[in-house]
Amino acid sequence: MRLVGRSLLVGLWFMFLTLPLLAVRVNTITETVEWRWLNLVWVGLGTFILSLALALWRQRSESQPQRDDGEGDITPRWRERLFHDQTVYRPLLIMALLATLLLPWLVDIYQINILVLALIFVVLGLGLNIIVGLAGLLDLGYIAFFAVGAYTYALLNINLDLGFWAALPLGGLAGAFFGLLIGFPVLRLRGDYLAIVTLGFGSIVKIVIENEDELFYGAMGIADIPRPGLLGLDLSLDQSTLYTYYLVVALALLAIFVTNRLKDSRLGRAWIALREDEIAAVAMGIDMAKCKLSAYAFGAFWAGLVGVLFAARNTFIHPNSFTFAESALVLSMVVLGGMGSIVGVTLAALILVLLPEYLQGLAEYRMLVFGGVMVAMMVFRPHGLISPSRRRYTRPQAQGEEG
Amino acid sequence: MALLQVENLCMDFGGLRAVDQVSLSVEDGEIVALIGPNGAGKTTFFNCVTGHYAPTGGEIVISPPQGERARIDGLKPNRVTALGLARTFQNIRLFPAMTVLENVMIGRHCRTRTSLLGAILRGPGTRRQERETIDTSYRLLEKVGLLDVADEFARNLSYGGQRRLEIARALATDPFLLLLDEPAAGMNPQETRELDELIVRIRDEEGLAILLIEHDMPLVMNLSDRIYVMEYGCKIAEGTPQQIRSNPRVIKAYLGEQDDA
Ligand SMILES: Nc1ncnc2c1ncn2[C@@H]1O[C@H](COP(=O)(O)OP(=O)(O)OP(=O)(O)O)[C@@H](O)[C@H]1O
Ligand SMILES: [Mg+2]
Repeated sequence: MRLVGRSLLVGLWFMFLTLPLLAVRVNTITETVEWRWLNLVWVGLGTFILSLALALWRQRSESQPQRDDGEGDITPRWRERLFHDQTVYRPLLIMALLATLLLPWLVDIYQINILVLALIFVVLGLGLNIIVGLAGLLDLGYIAFFAVGAYTYALLNINLDLGFWAALPLGGLAGAFFGLLIGFPVLRLRGDYLAIVTLGFGSIVKIVIENEDELFYGAMGIADIPRPGLLGLDLSLDQSTLYTYYLVVALALLAIFVTNRLKDSRLGRAWIALREDEIAAVAMGIDMAKCKLSAYAFGAFWAGLVGVLFAARNTFIHPNSFTFAESALVLSMVVLGGMGSIVGVTLAALILVLLPEYLQGLAEYRMLVFGGVMVAMMVFRPHGLISPSRRRYTRPQAQGEEG
Repeated sequence: MALLQVENLCMDFGGLRAVDQVSLSVEDGEIVALIGPNGAGKTTFFNCVTGHYAPTGGEIVISPPQGERARIDGLKPNRVTALGLARTFQNIRLFPAMTVLENVMIGRHCRTRTSLLGAILRGPGTRRQERETIDTSYRLLEKVGLLDVADEFARNLSYGGQRRLEIARALATDPFLLLLDEPAAGMNPQETRELDELIVRIRDEEGLAILLIEHDMPLVMNLSDRIYVMEYGCKIAEGTPQQIRSNPRVIKAYLGEQDDA
């Protein structure tokens, strides 16, 4: 069979590739070369079986009757109901909400802290979802806006003694302002070029913070940032953590609400149109520069906002919290969740933050698992966990529109 | 005053002159065809008129039925659309991941206004505007016969359906002049006949003028009030269908070539 032959070749090829790594070992003590052929046999056998299984699985799914559209991204009936039938999704949403509100009473403070972090990343994911998922602007330096928010709070607190609540909107605005500043010259670039420039911008922000000791306290970081205040009450650490949890839940809900409204608005549709086909979009009268800039600044706004909360949760911020790895993490949430899908991005953010925390045993292999999951996604679900659904509109005759 | 008046339009790509001194005009209520062999520069001419290219010479003036006379060469495409020119594309350019209805709703973008905050709060003003957008879009889908697939993704439409959706989307921008780039390409004879009726119906019901590029000769001869012929970037003839049919230069350049094929 052809498949077996190909898998055999794959196995051999992997044996050849891993030969220097796995089979040859120079023993520096006895100064001899050890040949560990058995390792090689295992590699060959393993890849052969994997490759064969994959090929067979592929063949089977291909022989199944092809479904209506060529992109392998159809709407099965249960999905249809899940997203368009109120009697199905309303109870589910309410249950999820109740679980979110009750959860902190069931787990200890350490866990709550992790949940707060996860929800912070949910907001980040939703913010980047506006830029990448809806408007289609590939941004590899998104975490810089998060840093802008966090440092806005920290610096305003040190220099002007501003509290959390005063700093929260200012952090968001600072993020949006930086978004405009960067977006203005950069957004005329497309695709790869935009990605490279934003990548550079992300690194520059970190490097500037790291090296500016007077203004940003450089590589020392900033410590003793106050936690969120509640009407001037004195909160214990436990209470304050709980309070922070509910704050970030509120923020995440706000982000979900707002992006949900936006994606089915005049502006949101224009963003999606630009993502789908720039030339057609401008031919329909969409002002490309203005629309892209608004998406970019608004996405940055969320990062700035939640950056303030991040600084308040950690009480300590350091440039190393804002590296490319974090940008990549947030981007994977958007890609993994399904570009533009709010439910998908939220789920992916929770998974990507919580899973590594609870799989400490796998800590060593974290990046390996991460890479594996990403490759698997590209192969099996290239459109993400949940492909975005679009809103239906009632016809004029059918009175009483609601949604 | 002609709706669209193009004078001595030139477009150079490096050393290549794709459009050479072409003048053309479209009057109110007319259907005008632009024909010519492959590579004659017809699409390039469209791209100049609709702002996708900035022409290297000549001028383009519009006189909308309601509105100021204005020079539009060099304006950005979205400005040109806002002034009342709408187009379709030779190689279909829809928004595949949006529904058919949403594709048409995009066309309303330049005729509506909402701020970011308005979209989030969704106040009565925004809701009324959305309602109008939806109603208009449904009306246009009905006109082009795509009502029953309104909630489908645009990428799932048949080829003919996609071409008609492009027309509906262009109409949603409230144009006074519609530019169609090979609307019948890839359609079967039955679909072409329906398209023929649709174009006339649009002209009569929406009260607009149409400039179309087309290779389907029976369609062109049947539809057009006047025809312009281009070859190698130059205009080689203009006139009524009868005049064009008997013009020796056109027969040699274009129709003759078709006969051979
Ligand atoms: N962006 C561009 N850059 C360089 N050359 C171009 C560009 N656009 C068009 N051309 C050239 O201009 C000439 C005219 O092309 P155009 O697409 O306008 O022809 P057309 O009349 O629409 O042909 P068809 O009937 O095949 O659509 C061609 O030689 C083409 O290669
Ligand atoms: Mg063409």
